[in-house]
Amino acid sequence: MTKADLVEAVHARVGLSKKESAELVQFVLEEIKRALARGEGVKISGFGHFMVLERAARVGRNPKTGEEIRIAPRKAVVFRPSPVLRRRVEGDEA
Amino acid sequence: MKKSELIERVAKAHTGLVRAEAEAVVNIIFQSIAEALARGERVELRGLGVFTAKARRPRRARNPKTGEEVLVPARRVPHFRPSKELLKRVNGKGER
Repeated sequence: MTKADLVEAVHARVGLSKKESAELVQFVLEEIKRALARGEGVKISGFGHFMVLERAARVGRNPKTGEEIRIAPRKAVVFRPSPVLRRRVEGDEA
Repeated sequence: MKKSELIERVAKAHTGLVRAEAEAVVNIIFQSIAEALARGERVELRGLGVFTAKARRPRRARNPKTGEEVLVPARRVPHFRPSKELLKRVNGKGER
């Protein structure tokens, strides 16, 4: 599934034009990215929580040369699925 | 930002839209992603990242209260991998 499928779903299920649907999907995804870029988490009830976490600096190693390199502190994006989503994805085997 | 705030932003930025439509748009986006993951499909959203339903093998675990051994069956777990572009933005490089 790609963005085009989301556009199609919005078009089919909300009844907006393809053009409007495309703009709206783009806008929603962009708002999520903007919030994360501000360091703000995004919490979607029934779906999950996108969080921005700080990763500490650490010493890594270039696996090819064995050389030690310092890895600077950085921010990571972590998604924690809600229990509702986890249950839906678990599958019939569960 | 929570879902209601996201809906608010959508409604504000698109004046031709009534609030109920903004709400439906946001709900259908996340519902569609959830449905795809429930089918075991991967969802690739350029610039944001990729959602996948990762397979977990069955494993034996122990009930920490009773010490009893239980079999945890194979299952799928939702996973999100942020795109490089998103990580750059989060780390203050590139477009804000």
